[in-house]
Amino acid sequence: MPKDDGIGASTKRREDTRFLTGNGKYTDDINLRGQAYVHFLRSDVAHGRITSIDSTAAEAMDGVLKVFTAADFEAAGGLPCGWQVTDRHGQPMQEPKHPILAEGKVRHVGDPIAAVVAETYEQARDAAEAIEVDIEELEAVVDMVEALEEGATKVHDDLSSNLCYDWGFVEENKDAVNEAFDKAAHVVSLELTNNRLVANPMEPRVAVGDYDPWGDSHTLYTTSQNPHVIRLLMGAFVLNIPEHKLRVVAPDVGGGFGSKIYHYAEEAFCTYAAKVLKRPVKWTSSRAEAFISDAHGRDHKTKIDLALDADHNFMAIRTETYANMGAYLSTFAPSIPTWLHGTLMAGNYRTPLIYVNVKAVFTNTVPVDAYRGAGRPEATFQLERLIDKAARELGVDPIALRRQNFIKADQFPYQTPVAVVYDTGNYDATMDKMLDLADYANFDKRVEESKARGKLRGFGIAHYIEACGIAPSNLVGQLGARAGLYESASVRVNATGSISVYTGSHSHGQGHETTFAQVVAEMIGVDANSIEIHHGDTSNTPMGMGTYGSRSLAVGGSAIVKATNKVIDKAKKIAAHLLEAAPEDIELKDGKFSVAGTDKSVDWSGVTLAAYVPHNYPLEDLEPGLEETAFYDPSNFTFPSGAYGCEIELDPETGKIDVLRFIAADDFGNIVNPMIVEGQVHGGLAQGIGQALLENCVYDDQGQLLSGSYMDYAMPRADDVRGFVVDHSCVTPCTHNPLGVKGCGEAGAIGSPPAVVNAAIDALHRAGHTHVTHIDMPLTPARVWAAMQA
Amino acid sequence: MHNFEFVKPSTVADAVQALAAEEAQPLSGGQTLIPSMKARLNAPEVLVSLMGIAEMQGIRHEGDMLEVGAATTHARVATEAAAAFPGLAGLAAQIGDPAVRNRGTLGGSLANNDPSACYPAAALGTGAVIVTNAREIAADDFFLGMFTTALDEDEIITSVRFPIPQKSAYGKFLQPASRFALTGVFVAKYADGVRVAVTGASENGVFRWSEAEAALASDFSAEALSGLSCPADDMIADLHGSAAYRAHLVAVMTRRAVVAAS
Repeated sequence: MPKDDGIGASTKRREDTRFLTGNGKYTDDINLRGQAYVHFLRSDVAHGRITSIDSTAAEAMDGVLKVFTAADFEAAGGLPCGWQVTDRHGQPMQEPKHPILAEGKVRHVGDPIAAVVAETYEQARDAAEAIEVDIEELEAVVDMVEALEEGATKVHDDLSSNLCYDWGFVEENKDAVNEAFDKAAHVVSLELTNNRLVANPMEPRVAVGDYDPWGDSHTLYTTSQNPHVIRLLMGAFVLNIPEHKLRVVAPDVGGGFGSKIYHYAEEAFCTYAAKVLKRPVKWTSSRAEAFISDAHGRDHKTKIDLALDADHNFMAIRTETYANMGAYLSTFAPSIPTWLHGTLMAGNYRTPLIYVNVKAVFTNTVPVDAYRGAGRPEATFQLERLIDKAARELGVDPIALRRQNFIKADQFPYQTPVAVVYDTGNYDATMDKMLDLADYANFDKRVEESKARGKLRGFGIAHYIEACGIAPSNLVGQLGARAGLYESASVRVNATGSISVYTGSHSHGQGHETTFAQVVAEMIGVDANSIEIHHGDTSNTPMGMGTYGSRSLAVGGSAIVKATNKVIDKAKKIAAHLLEAAPEDIELKDGKFSVAGTDKSVDWSGVTLAAYVPHNYPLEDLEPGLEETAFYDPSNFTFPSGAYGCEIELDPETGKIDVLRFIAADDFGNIVNPMIVEGQVHGGLAQGIGQALLENCVYDDQGQLLSGSYMDYAMPRADDVRGFVVDHSCVTPCTHNPLGVKGCGEAGAIGSPPAVVNAAIDALHRAGHTHVTHIDMPLTPARVWAAMQA
Repeated sequence: MHNFEFVKPSTVADAVQALAAEEAQPLSGGQTLIPSMKARLNAPEVLVSLMGIAEMQGIRHEGDMLEVGAATTHARVATEAAAAFPGLAGLAAQIGDPAVRNRGTLGGSLANNDPSACYPAAALGTGAVIVTNAREIAADDFFLGMFTTALDEDEIITSVRFPIPQKSAYGKFLQPASRFALTGVFVAKYADGVRVAVTGASENGVFRWSEAEAALASDFSAEALSGLSCPADDMIADLHGSAAYRAHLVAVMTRRAVVAAS
């Protein structure tokens, strides 16, 4: 029975019916009686001292309930940072206060100065225009290198400099790495930028705060990937509301890509203002606001060196990265360029010595935090671009150079020099699969076909390693995490046998309601349609950590497996009683309990009914009911990997690149729903190709955002991303979670940018433009053309 | 968006009268005006819609002239002009996306004179006559620089008369984000000469590339343009391309338009 909707089936996404028929319930669909609206007056300068705010005229305007400024939040804390990085010298990072509304200074365009709550949104906007703010403009700190120069203007007056931290990893290896470079037969170097991106989920952020004097309790409806984390951070650190008086609900969420992990000022504002005004308070971000208030992603400047011996074996890697933090520390910002980046610098290769240096810098720009991949794309991009460059400089085949240095299939588990232990993988297998699907053997013929049409064809390769399901909690605690990284699940079996699963994971497009139901259906042997997946409401799910870092199935799914196993264990005891047999003799198959070796059986609903109508029931030994909760804390990361191949055509007259085909051969371990996995890879590839060719968040030297709308920020469109070939038939199951799964959400965005850029360089070299060794992303037509002219 | 009065007259005369009101602005397809109002960058007191005026709608083919009502959408031009003037229809089909083409109008585009809009290249590249409620203006006299035209306050474009060329095509290179023209070139060959109009490239808005016109007049082929380059002096430089890149694209897109027209 469960074969159509159990593990391995491409079950259609059940949630899509409501999404596609307009029945989704997003935060902006929530409208409460008596609701008022807030509009935030945001700074239009990047850096300045607020000398006065006069809201008298605004307060007197029609419909205005109150104008809030920082003075209204003196009792509140700042928005907390969830990760403390320790620097090379053992000192904690510099951690400035991030107020809800600007205190004394504005530090980026978009920094909220005041908030107007009014009866209608338009009234709030009108009134915001009447607030008189005097700002003494200060020099904007935009460039990361200049920000660290002696005497640079400081973003935060109370910090010693604009340096958040100077991190070395592994610091003890630094001298050995330098010695390896002294001895190397070849050293290859590359300087590159990982371009700043704006996440741009389809649904902008929304928050609705509600206060109930009946129980002195608060509810926040918000667009979040992790409502429990928001409850913890906002309740404990910002507004001093205990958990039992604070409910956070994140209903359907229309995409996040990381940008909805963090606790934002607008959430705290709406929660607080609802109590002050005794009215629900709603904020809906405009797209323009999203550009200047959602956390941005990436924005690294890196120099990377690779040392090779005379036989082209990798000896050592050394990197120096400047990582932009923006004006304040977003919730997990410090962890991205460090523990999610440095630990990945071994890639798929046996490089014995690695040293990663990261300088995190404050600038007068929007805070930067995790964006799909988060640190891992930055690591992969450096490494895979550099290996390609090395192959070119050494005159060897880039595939052969990679294979020669791969960690081989028989070398797992593999301890890298950057702390992590890869459990499984087979990199030659994914490379073989990708080259086969790419018809790489006939690539040269296709080059000639393109040439005949005046076009340059190129093929680019990247192999990636990803670390998903970051854990275990005690280890990440030592690394500076101020949160646990387990996941929770409650499996509540109802009397008639239907099942309600409550998960701490949160779907913002991943299809959890389908995939998680498949897992439980497979385990118990019931119809998946009898299983409902609930998430997103702190009032009914156990404390969970949410969805990011490709963790939901590997960590959240494992918690569901644990809780379901507890349910099955208890159900077997009930069945044993009903069947007058020993529990160890009870077998569960296809939703039926039977006594091994007999024809005695009872079906699932017979057991579940007995659990809730315990007339014939071992009440002395067993509690009634059938509901179990489990928390799962993984013993290690999971390590998906894959080989990506990108075939492009480049128009030498205009510099325009067309992606013709993109082949992704991934090893995600076991797969629960292949269709959903394929969709996840498609989305990741679209964003990775978007980063490589189109997307770029650009500030001018005054800290003004030049790409603040879709007129200038180029999102990939359907016709930019085509020719995807996705395969996940190479499987080395994860060894330490019960499903053997590894996670697939970010892979596409991690592996694709270097494949695209490598393809462009390949096309140019094949056509004789050998002076072009690198082009920074995005490879816009103008940049490619300029590189060709240089 | 601020509140405003909305009127939708059915004749040009009524529209002109309505526009005489304080802080009144004409609204055609609204593809620029509405977003700027939503962003509170523009706040007219009265919006006078030109979309209900029958005489400003539709396409009329008469001999070697195609007259297009100013309130005709791009989508209509893309289909209805295809037989008589494929070059113009091809240009209209490349503007924006289907939603834009179903709302945006010829008159709105010309009156706005966005330096990256497509239609100004067609008007200037054909030597069209811009017909208003008050007069007729030659395209050569109409475009006066970025977002500036010869239109007087409250003057309405009612139609545009395009002389139909023997051959024509529009070569458009997309700005990757907006998909406006990073550089667009309209080339039109007439019995008495060739016109080449360039949009998207110059700080001064749409312009005629006279060197290319001269070269093509005697030999309407891509080869005739070889060695010809457009100076980068007044070209736009922004996130999406340098002045030199745009100047380069002018030559490339001109060649491609000539090939497409041939």
